Amino acid sequence: MSETTVDRVARKTPARVARKVKGLSDRAIAWLFVGPTIFLLLTINIFPLIWTINLSFTNFKANRPNRAVEYIGLRNYERILGDSDIWLSMQATAHFLFWTLFFQVLIGFTLAWLINKKFKGNDLWTTIIVLPMMLSPAVVGNFWTFLYQPQIGLFNYVITFFTGADPSSFQMLGSVDLAPWSIVIVDTWMWTPFVMLICLAGLRSIPDYIYEAAEIDRASKLRQFFTITIPMVLPFLMLAVLFRGIENFKMFDLVVQLTGGGPGSTTEMASINLKREAFEKWRTGYSSAFAIILFVTVFGLASIYVKALNKVKER
Amino acid sequence: MSYSVTDPSKRQKFIAGTLVILYALITMVPLVWIMMTSFKTPPDSISYPPKVFYQPSLEGYVNLFTTRTRVSAEKLASLPPPENFAEEIVRSRNMVIAGPSKFGGRFLNSVIIGFGSTFLSIFLGTLAAYAFSRFKIPLADDLLFFILSTRMMPPIAVAIPIFLMYRQLGLSDTHVGMILLYTAVNISLAVWLLKGFIDEIPREYEEAALIDGYTRFQAFYKVVLPQAATGIASTAIFCLIFAWNEYAFAVLLTSGTAQTAPPFIPTIIGVGGLDWPAIAAGATLFLLPVMIFTVLLRKHLLRGITFGAVRK
Repeated sequence: MSETTVDRVARKTPARVARKVKGLSDRAIAWLFVGPTIFLLLTINIFPLIWTINLSFTNFKANRPNRAVEYIGLRNYERILGDSDIWLSMQATAHFLFWTLFFQVLIGFTLAWLINKKFKGNDLWTTIIVLPMMLSPAVVGNFWTFLYQPQIGLFNYVITFFTGADPSSFQMLGSVDLAPWSIVIVDTWMWTPFVMLICLAGLRSIPDYIYEAAEIDRASKLRQFFTITIPMVLPFLMLAVLFRGIENFKMFDLVVQLTGGGPGSTTEMASINLKREAFEKWRTGYSSAFAIILFVTVFGLASIYVKALNKVKER
Repeated sequence: MSYSVTDPSKRQKFIAGTLVILYALITMVPLVWIMMTSFKTPPDSISYPPKVFYQPSLEGYVNLFTTRTRVSAEKLASLPPPENFAEEIVRSRNMVIAGPSKFGGRFLNSVIIGFGSTFLSIFLGTLAAYAFSRFKIPLADDLLFFILSTRMMPPIAVAIPIFLMYRQLGLSDTHVGMILLYTAVNISLAVWLLKGFIDEIPREYEEAALIDGYTRFQAFYKVVLPQAATGIASTAIFCLIFAWNEYAFAVLLTSGTAQTAPPFIPTIIGVGGLDWPAIAAGATLFLLPVMIFTVLLRKHLLRGITFGAVRK
């Protein structure tokens, strides 16, 4: 290590003097360090949000920037709340949200519970299970459309193999009844590992002595499961549900690639509908109002949920 | 090995292991199928029943990296013998290579934007995390919550004004624009993760350095940074994976110069229908680095995912 002049001078000067002379004060350093981050977030996150709020009160169209912009008050919001398309997309989102969370919690917890039996090689298999969630949802979603092809797709072949149904008799992505389930299947395949990992962290946080004490008290395994395991993992599980819930409420990339919102608008999630309004129909003011409604909904639901979560933790 | 009442029995371990391995194998099928399809010829890829055994071919990869034009049989016969295997494969389909495809450039964009934004997120994130960890910052808790809450916004909600802003500033479809955008998205997670890692480093180390006459800056990069290296590395992997996989902003804000691979791969079209082997080849090349990364760095990655949950 080469010694710089600064080092040499620093060694000869008493610490307190040295800091005053050549170093900045702690407070200055603090602001110097935090400043750029805050600045970036303000310009690329907060400023756009405020701009969206502003746009939501106008009839602005981004593809016609030279047209005079009028402030139309709350009319965008009124129209959205009366728009049946928007309500349909909210229904599609709710269906997707409910079933993905249901399956991911069920399978994720079961897997975590099994992995926690600490069989040999469990960490390697855990890693393999985790792989799908690390991948690009758009690229993966695009490839699943190939697996879902009627006639030639692997998924249809497997179903045919086990049920004997004609492989061209059902279209996973093309039929109104099956498409909402097709996206649930892919999302579950992709994100169950996330719930699993968080449950696993929860299971591993339970100290052994609690079970040992329960053994001494002759509590049955089943009773231990319901009175120790479940309550101790519940806060973790709820946190996993919160993260997945927020993500799936915003769901865009995976479903856009899988179905594009179709057939018709059966799988048109809120975000896909928003993208269509904003970047295809160019109703900028209208879609800004929709964006704000979505944001407030996520934030509101998440805050209520976090309150409930804290209650569970306090118990 | 000591025996404990809480240890699962051998039989339980066996059953648990079998079920988990079964699930892991099923979950791998789509990924294995992508890689298998990338080595098929187009006819093999769409045959029924799906072919598990087939003559491997590099046609998908050749098609991924080239554009081709159809030529007449007489023209084909008049050409000099093919110079390489790619030329040979293409000619067997009555076509000649017209030039390179856009895939290489799109892949490179993913690399530039991914690493660029990761570097910037880590640079800014480490500074901010250090300041939050070590200094008294007024309203620190509020600021930290503010930083985290920006992650709850649906990307599309802020995409409209960012789109307008970028158009105004000339940042649309530029590398710099995308790097700044991904940094803004990543930095909240980076600050939170890194603050956790820096909190774990004892303050005494720096205090000793300060008494030795180091300035705050020197203490920061000579004492704290080396100690936080593992944490920084695992945070960097998360930022890189996010930027690598991102689609919504990329598809809305880029169309050419700075387009990354995720919006590009689904648009690969062959002659007469989608060229599935070429798409699969693109997907394989794009997904494989992340898979290898995940397996190699599993310890840090798995810890990072559950980090938020465990600390609370």
